[in-house]
Amino acid sequence: MTFILKTEGLNKVYRLGGFMRSKSIQALNDVNITVESDNPVVIAVVGESGSGKTTLAKTLLRLETPTSGRAIVYDQVVAGQGAIPSRKDFLGLVQPIFQNPFEAFSRYRPVDAYLHETARRVAGMDTVRSENAVAEALKSVGLNYEDVCGKYTAQFSGGELQRISVARALIPDPKLIIADEPVSMIDASRRMIIINLFKRLRDEAGRSFVYITHDLATAYYISDYVAVMNKGRVVEFGPARKVMSDPQHDYTRLLLGSIPTTKTRWRPRLRAAG
Amino acid sequence: MIRLNDLKISYRIGSRTIDAVDGVTLTIPDNCVVGIAGESGSGKSTLMKAIYGDIQSPMYISRGSIDYGLKGVDGKPVTAGNVRKEWFKSISYVPQSSMNSLNPVIKIREQFIDFPGTDSNKKRVLEKARAYIGKLGLPPEAMDSYPHQLSGGMRQRMMIALATFFQPELIIADEPTTALDVVVQKDILMLLMELQEEMGNTILVVSHDMGVHYQVTHKMLIMYAGRVVEYGDTDSVFADPQHPYTRMLIDSLPTIGDDSMRGVLASQAGASGDRAYRVEPNLIEVKPGHFVAQSEGASV
Repeated sequence: MTFILKTEGLNKVYRLGGFMRSKSIQALNDVNITVESDNPVVIAVVGESGSGKTTLAKTLLRLETPTSGRAIVYDQVVAGQGAIPSRKDFLGLVQPIFQNPFEAFSRYRPVDAYLHETARRVAGMDTVRSENAVAEALKSVGLNYEDVCGKYTAQFSGGELQRISVARALIPDPKLIIADEPVSMIDASRRMIIINLFKRLRDEAGRSFVYITHDLATAYYISDYVAVMNKGRVVEFGPARKVMSDPQHDYTRLLLGSIPTTKTRWRPRLRAAG
Repeated sequence: MIRLNDLKISYRIGSRTIDAVDGVTLTIPDNCVVGIAGESGSGKSTLMKAIYGDIQSPMYISRGSIDYGLKGVDGKPVTAGNVRKEWFKSISYVPQSSMNSLNPVIKIREQFIDFPGTDSNKKRVLEKARAYIGKLGLPPEAMDSYPHQLSGGMRQRMMIALATFFQPELIIADEPTTALDVVVQKDILMLLMELQEEMGNTILVVSHDMGVHYQVTHKMLIMYAGRVVEYGDTDSVFADPQHPYTRMLIDSLPTIGDDSMRGVLASQAGASGDRAYRVEPNLIEVKPGHFVAQSEGASV
């Protein structure tokens, strides 16, 4: 069995304000998550804004250093004490997908330049191999190389750009992809394309995902495990189906009870007009 | 009640025209919440803009008309010509990115006073506004803060306070809660429902989330490719959707406790650019108050 993701006492404290009046915010408070499996998994991290889910993503991506504790991805310590892999090895193991694809790519560069750059710098490919790898990655997200090449962000929809972000993340052949709110900036009617793509990449290409979201319904739909975060703590963690059908913590119940469903109403709708 | 008569709204782009709303005939009764659903490009936002009277080039009404059936603050009936004067009085609008619609460089109270109220005594207006936001669950100090000092949920509450302060007859809310967390979303939607029941006015809510529609609306309007595919009482539409597109919309989003595979929507199923359905503009009443459009490809 492999430790796909393991965090040990992860803490992150941000200091705000000046020297005399500094205030500290505990963004991560003793976060312990263990996912051990032989098969690729989707791990959802859910919670409201300010719950620490993005800080967790940043820590796993080495964009923030934890104040204490460490994180392990596929049996390698990637953050905190004793983090081993070099930057290049790390980016071959873990890749990010960010919330807003319009900000992830510059408006003034053709988007395929980013894909080629990832292929050359991170995966260390030469020009010919990088061309093939980029075409291959785009194909796996349902796009044609010819349709993407030489175009700028303004020529794509949010959903298409996010698929290009996924393609870029796939090029170095990572084991784990960390997706921070990957669908919240995308047109609502196109979100399921990305969600189903993650599902397919897990089942057919063996990628694991950390899916950070505040949308519990899609988290239920694709996740194997779910971590519910509130004020920097993981208040509930376990297999997604179990946690969401039989929540133990009050906060999880509050979150689940706030989802607008098409089954039961929060309050009766009195018909006033005919 | 609001009546749309064979309404067609187009955009002029270069030498081409695009019909975003293509022949909509509809009656919206008073005192109800009407939900508008459909994917992007279905014309729902364009229709809302037209009803609000915010018609600016390149958008124009190329055919048909809107009867408001409302009286303005001066007692005269509201028409497409004078609807702009009624903004934030008898008609108000909560835009899509309303959290960012507050002016960031002036305090909230200035924004309340800026509103074209009937009372010229600013102090009195401010007192009333302070009492009003208290009723909506905001602390009175929120009036004296800048927008960035408030959380997203508070800003959204403030927008709803601004939109409802003059007790408008019609409120148009375009995706009022998309950017919010579920817990805050529920609070805002409950607030909107309470206010509507109190004021007895009409609210049009655009949302992609069929769960939101089920919770807050009395009637549902489903749009596809600029036309109405289905219109009826929410209970009837959810219990017995007549058009396959409506059924697809209801089933498209995942639900907790349901493990079935969720597919893609009609327009994405076929080759890009193809329409899965060809919808006719005239509606047939299948049940009392439940209308469906005739369409080709409906059996797909």
